[in-house]
Amino acid sequence: MDEDARRNMRPLSLHVPEPRFRPGDAVDFADFDIPDVAAAPRPDIGAMPEEMRSLAYGLVRVLDLDGASGGAWAPRLSPERLVAMLRHMALVRAFDDRMYRVQRQGKTSFYMKCTGEEATSIAAAYALDRDDMCFPSYRQQGLLIARDWSLVDMMCQIYSNRGDRLKGRQMPIMYSAKEASFFSISGNLATQMPQAVGFAMASASRGDTRIAACWCGEGSTAEGDFHSACTFASVYRAPVIINVINNQWAISSFSGFAGAESTTFAARAVGYGIAGLRVDGNDALAVYAATEWAAERARNNFGPTLIEHFTYRAEGHSTSDDPTKYRSAEERSAWPLGDPIARLKQHLIAIGAWDEERHAAMDREVAEEVKAAGKEAEKQGVLGDGLHQPFTTMFEDVFEELPWHLEEQSRQMVEERKAAGI
Amino acid sequence: MTDDTPTKTMNMIQAINSALDICMERDKDIVVLGEDVGYFGGVFKATEHLQKKHGKTRVFDTPITECGIIGVAVGMCTYGLRPVPEIQFADYIYPALDQLVSEAARLRYRSAGEYTAPMTVRSPFGGGIFGGQTHSQSPEAIFTHVAGLKTVIPSNPYDAKGLLIAAIEDNDPVIFFEPKRIYNGPFDGHYGKPVTPWAKHPSSAVPEGYYRIPLGKAATVREGNDVTILCYGTMVHVTAGVVAESGIDAEIIDLRTLVPLDIEAIEASVKKTGRCVIVHEATRTSGFGAELSALVQERCFHSLEAPIERVTGWDTPYPHSLEWAYFPGPVRLGQALKRVMES
Repeated sequence: MDEDARRNMRPLSLHVPEPRFRPGDAVDFADFDIPDVAAAPRPDIGAMPEEMRSLAYGLVRVLDLDGASGGAWAPRLSPERLVAMLRHMALVRAFDDRMYRVQRQGKTSFYMKCTGEEATSIAAAYALDRDDMCFPSYRQQGLLIARDWSLVDMMCQIYSNRGDRLKGRQMPIMYSAKEASFFSISGNLATQMPQAVGFAMASASRGDTRIAACWCGEGSTAEGDFHSACTFASVYRAPVIINVINNQWAISSFSGFAGAESTTFAARAVGYGIAGLRVDGNDALAVYAATEWAAERARNNFGPTLIEHFTYRAEGHSTSDDPTKYRSAEERSAWPLGDPIARLKQHLIAIGAWDEERHAAMDREVAEEVKAAGKEAEKQGVLGDGLHQPFTTMFEDVFEELPWHLEEQSRQMVEERKAAGI
Repeated sequence: MTDDTPTKTMNMIQAINSALDICMERDKDIVVLGEDVGYFGGVFKATEHLQKKHGKTRVFDTPITECGIIGVAVGMCTYGLRPVPEIQFADYIYPALDQLVSEAARLRYRSAGEYTAPMTVRSPFGGGIFGGQTHSQSPEAIFTHVAGLKTVIPSNPYDAKGLLIAAIEDNDPVIFFEPKRIYNGPFDGHYGKPVTPWAKHPSSAVPEGYYRIPLGKAATVREGNDVTILCYGTMVHVTAGVVAESGIDAEIIDLRTLVPLDIEAIEASVKKTGRCVIVHEATRTSGFGAELSALVQERCFHSLEAPIERVTGWDTPYPHSLEWAYFPGPVRLGQALKRVMES
C-alpha cells in the first residue's frame, strides 16, 4: 500500500477493557440476564461436547432467587444432606472470618477468604468421592472443610506454629493434606491444572476408578498451563474436572482482562472438544449437580468436563488487598446471584426443612467450633512469638537425603548463630 | 554396582534405550512421555521399540507443550508413577521451567514430604552439530541453581546407562542432559576429522543387564599430577584429546553429576596438583564453572599455584556458521593449559 492510501485510512485503536463500575459508582445490574432454571437441558453423561455448546454459554441453575428448586439439573439430595452442606458452608465462612481477624491482630502474616464462593468448593466436594484427587488453588479451603479436615491442623499451618505439619515453610493457607486427597497448594498460578490432568491420566492408565479435579480462578485461565491442561485433558480424554471459578476479579483486574468481554470461560471447552458447563456458582445445588454430572462422565470414560462457576468475590483478594481502591463498594450487595449461604438457607426453609431459629443456632455452633479450634491451635503458638521449628529443619526435605552442601550450610548456620550469641 | 550379564557394544543412544527398557521392565510405575517418543521412537531414536514392547499407556507421544509435559508428569508422580519425560532439545525446556522450578523441585519441601516428584527429565543438550541457536544450548546452570533438582550429564555409553538407571530410581527430580554431539561417538573437538564410532572406545562395552552408577560421584578419566581439569559431557573427550597431545600430566575429572557434586574428588585432586582448569560448553557468566571455581578457591586456596582458568562458550547466543569459533575446542583449551602451567 502506498503512503497516500495509508494517510486516508482511519487510525487503529487499542481496546483496553474497563470494568462497569469503579469506586464511587452507583451499581446497576438491571440488564443482567438471569436464565430461568428450566432453560438449561441436562444432557446424557456421554453426550458429545459439540452437542452441548449452549450449556457453555448459558447458566445451569437449580435454585431460583426465591428459594424454589427446579429444572432438569435439580439433584436428588435429602434435606439432611442439604443441611450438612449448609453447615459446612457456614463453617467455612466462620473460619474465614476468624482467620481474617487473627491476621489483623498480627497473629499471622496473611490470609485469603473465599466469602461468597463457599458453594463452589463445598458443593463440589459433596459430589466427589473422598479419594478423588483435588488440585485446588488458594481459595478452595472449603474442600478441606467439607472433607471434615481438622480446623486445628489448618490453623496451625496458618500460624506456622509447632503443630504446622509443613514446618513453617509455606505461607499461610498453602495447605497440603494428602490424607484428604488435597494436593499441596503452590503460589504459582495454574500449575495445578496440568498436574491434575496428569493424575487423571495416571489413574486411567492404571485402570483405576479415581478421578481428579482442579480449580483455578478466571484470571489464571490466561496462564499457559491452563491451555496445556485443556489440551492434554482433551487429547487423552482424561477423567478430570477442570473448574474455573469466575469470581469476576483477579486482584484488581476485572474478568475482562482474562477474556470475559468476548466469551464465557466455559466456552473455552468448546475449542478443546471438552464438555463445557457454565453454572450459577452461588447456587449450591447447581454446583453439586454439575460436579456430579462431570464426575459420572469422567468415571464412565467419557472424558473431561470444564465447569465455569459464575460467582462473585465478595471480599478483598487477600489481607494485603483493599478492593475499595478499584471497584464499587456496592457491587457485593447488588450482585444479582446473591449469596450462596443465604440462597441454600432460603431453599431449606421453603421446603420446610429449616427455620431461622435453627439457622441462628447453627451460626452460633460453627462460631464456637472455630473459636475452640482457634484456642487449641494457638496453644501451639502463633507467628511471631518465637520460632516454632528447629532451625535445621529448614534444610530438610529439599532432597530425600541431605547432600553435603546442605549439611555444611546447616552446620554453618548453627555455628554463626552460636558465635553471634543467639 | 556392575552386573554379571554379558556386555554389548553400544553407542549412547543404545545405552539410554537399554536403561529405559530395563527400568520399565523392573518397575511398572515407570512411564515415558514426550514429543515423538512413542510410535516413532524419538527424533534421536532413544525410545525406539519401547512403545511396542511396553504398550501405549506406558510410552506415549504428547502434544507439543513442554509446560504440559512436565506438569502432567508432576501429576503422575502425585498418583504414584515415576515418569521419565523427554524434552526434545534442552533449548526447548524453558516453557517447562515454571513446572520444574516452582513445582517439581519444591514439592517435597513445601509439602514436608507428603508429595514428591520422582521424575527424570531426559533432554539432549550441547553443541558441535551446527545446531545454531536453538539446538545447541547447554542450560545446566539454570538447573544447578535450583534447590531441589539434581543435574546429571553422562559422557559415554557405560555411564549413560548406569547413571540413567540411578536417576530413574532416585526419589528426587533429576535433569538428565544427554550430550547429543557424542550420541554416536566420542568427539575430541577436531571437527574436520571423521567421527569415530563408540565401538572403538572402551566405554562402549555396556552390560546388557541392570547396573547403576551412583549419582554424586565423579570419575577420574585420567590420573595426573600437574593440573586438575574439571569437565563433563562432550568436553571430557575434547579435554582428553588435548591432554594426550600436550604431554601435560593432567588429571581429568568427569563430574558426571553437577548436583550433588563430588566435592571430595575435586578437592583431593586440586590439593594434589595445585592447578585447576574448568571446561564447559555453556556460556561463561554465571555458568556452572563459576560455582566450581568458587568452590575450588574456597577449599583449595592454600594449594593453588595459579589462578583458576575457565574455558567455556562465549557469552553470546550459540552461532551457526561461527560454531567452531564459539565451541571451546582444542585450541582454546590448549592455550588455557599453557597459561595455567606457566603461571
